[in-house]
Amino acid sequence: MNIVVCVKYVPDATADRKFEEDNTVDRVGVDGLLSELDEYAVEQALQLKEKAESPEDVTVTALCVGPEQAVDAVRKALQMGADKGVLVTDDAIAGSDYVATSLVLAKAVEKIGVPDLVMCGMASTDASGSVVPAMLAERLGLPQVTFASKIETQGDQVRIKRDSDTATEVIGGTMPLVLSVTDQTGEARYPSFKGIMAAKKKPMETLSLADIDVAPSLVGLSVSWSEVEETAARPPRTAGEIVTDEDGSGAGALTEFLVSKKFI
Amino acid sequence: MSEVLVVVDHVDGAIRKPTFELLTLARGLGEPAAVFFGSADAGATAAEQLGKHGAEKVYVVDDAEIKGYLVAPKAEALAQLVEKASPAAVLLVSGYEGKEVAARLAIKTESGLITDAVDLAEGGVTTQSVFAGNYTVKAKVTKGTPIITVKPNSAQVEEVGAAGTVEAFTATISDAAKTAQIVAQQPRKASGRPELTEAAIVVSGGRGTGGNFEPIEGLADALGAAVGASRAAVDSGWMPHTFQVGQTGKTVSPQLYVANGISGAIQHRAGMQTSKTIVAVNKDEEAPIFELVDFGVVGDLHAVLPAATEAINQRKG
Ligand SMILES: Cc1cc2nc3c(=O)[nH]c(=O)nc-3n(C[C@H](O)[C@H](O)[C@H](O)COP(=O)(O)OP(=O)(O)OC[C@H]3O[C@@H](n4cnc5c(N)ncnc54)[C@H](O)[C@@H]3O)c2cc1C
Ligand SMILES: Nc1ncnc2c1ncn2[C@@H]1O[C@H](COP(=O)(O)O)[C@@H](O)[C@H]1O
Repeated sequence: MNIVVCVKYVPDATADRKFEEDNTVDRVGVDGLLSELDEYAVEQALQLKEKAESPEDVTVTALCVGPEQAVDAVRKALQMGADKGVLVTDDAIAGSDYVATSLVLAKAVEKIGVPDLVMCGMASTDASGSVVPAMLAERLGLPQVTFASKIETQGDQVRIKRDSDTATEVIGGTMPLVLSVTDQTGEARYPSFKGIMAAKKKPMETLSLADIDVAPSLVGLSVSWSEVEETAARPPRTAGEIVTDEDGSGAGALTEFLVSKKFI
Repeated sequence: MSEVLVVVDHVDGAIRKPTFELLTLARGLGEPAAVFFGSADAGATAAEQLGKHGAEKVYVVDDAEIKGYLVAPKAEALAQLVEKASPAAVLLVSGYEGKEVAARLAIKTESGLITDAVDLAEGGVTTQSVFAGNYTVKAKVTKGTPIITVKPNSAQVEEVGAAGTVEAFTATISDAAKTAQIVAQQPRKASGRPELTEAAIVVSGGRGTGGNFEPIEGLADALGAAVGASRAAVDSGWMPHTFQVGQTGKTVSPQLYVANGISGAIQHRAGMQTSKTIVAVNKDEEAPIFELVDFGVVGDLHAVLPAATEAINQRKG
């Protein structure tokens, strides 16, 4: 069985994230890492491998589209236990929107060889669109079972549980398909010392657009199908009033505040 | 004037509020035309309400054949409708399904996609809130038919009498689109409280509740609010995941958000930072949530909330 896990390299959410002058996300001047939400996808892929009848027949490939530094994201996936890494990097890709990113990912998946499972995180922590998995499925002509909080497989059958807005659902499909997982699937493992050492010897391939037959004119900021016109830091919230509760004074003050704002 | 397609979000014919908000926004871009997936009967009933909220036309796509097959068939049908109607834009509700239908539709129609808009202005300029609410971005689709998903609570629901004329639309659905299927479904029990994403007021509890959500629920009921939770409260099994507010839960943007026993981690902020008024009760005066608040109480929620609830209930008489 072949599993491709799509892992994105994103600016660290706990650091200062910002935009470049051309309104694209600054991906080079800030600390980046493997999108936390994609760690859950790597974890689930590894668990599927470990649970397989013959784990050695399951190959987990971590795939990333991003700048050169994005190799860190792929490496982290290898340290966690993925077997192979692929980074698609090319100057022409910078500033790509979802549509172009999904094209590059789809072409790279085809290059790797259409797998049984393409696994994604539920959203990237920077763009948080939650749309790349569906786009990838559309481009690859595959079904999608997404936002899984629990995954079960039996042969080529996949069942997931998901909490949608109005119901808890069980969704089923047949491989090959695109699967995305939420952080409800369970903690992702930390790379062990052994894993970190082993990762150094694992196959790691870097591909350019030419390697996956994508014309540079199809990707990048200038051919983006949507355009950011303006970015602005949200004005900091003005410091509010903070009171300390003493002998029940807090409840009174809180009630007064709610009344003054007409919430009561 | 071109049509603006609004994909109706409904459960067994019951239209959810964000759809009406989309109809309000659609009026600024063209002539609102709702797209209803369901039986002809349900469509006719829905059309009345959709018309009341501004839909001039209601396309009814019979879903007998595609029910339970999730997003792919809907995207196919919409692509065919886009071809026929050449709309000025397609609007969907930002939720799991809306976003994914939009994603597939964008690829099919070679159109640009913008997700999670919180406002929509003339010319299709959207406003989004990004990086955990720390930035606002204005953007526009530049290719094809703008496909835009809009977050709940982004516009006022307005009643305007429009025709709501029903037009059946027959789509051809490929077998390939019918491959991922809902095999079981358990509708969520109604809590009797407002929906988290739609509520004007949200009262949330975190690890600081110690697992006792009674004070949270009491205050919520006194204020007519929805109940929310932090991931810590959800991970501890105190509340179901559907109550989670934050990056991997719901994004809420109510008039009032009351965070109780919640420290204010970036992932939690991502889901509530754009609330109009923020109040927190936390016993640690250093808790980062206090950086966000309009009003904060440093104190024990188990003491402050029940007393406040009582005072509020008394006022309401
Ligand atoms: C990938 C990822 C996604 C995440 N997504 C989300 C998400 O969607 N939503 C989310 O909320 N979190 C999310 N988190 C988790 C987030 O980082 C925090 O761990 C979480 O929000 C903490 O919840 P908390 O504030 O309830 O708990 P804590 O951080 O433990 O804070 C508890 C607070 O309660 C206060 N307190 C304790 N007792 C009392 C009392 N008696 N009265 C008053 N105050 C009291 C304490 O002073 C403290 O400030 C995510 C994390 C990751 C890594
Ligand atoms: N540049 C990328 N490289 C690899 N995977 C990606 C990339 N962008 C998105 N993905 C995958 O798609 C998921 C959803 O991303 P998004 O639609 O941007 O929220 C992520 O969790 C990743 O699994």
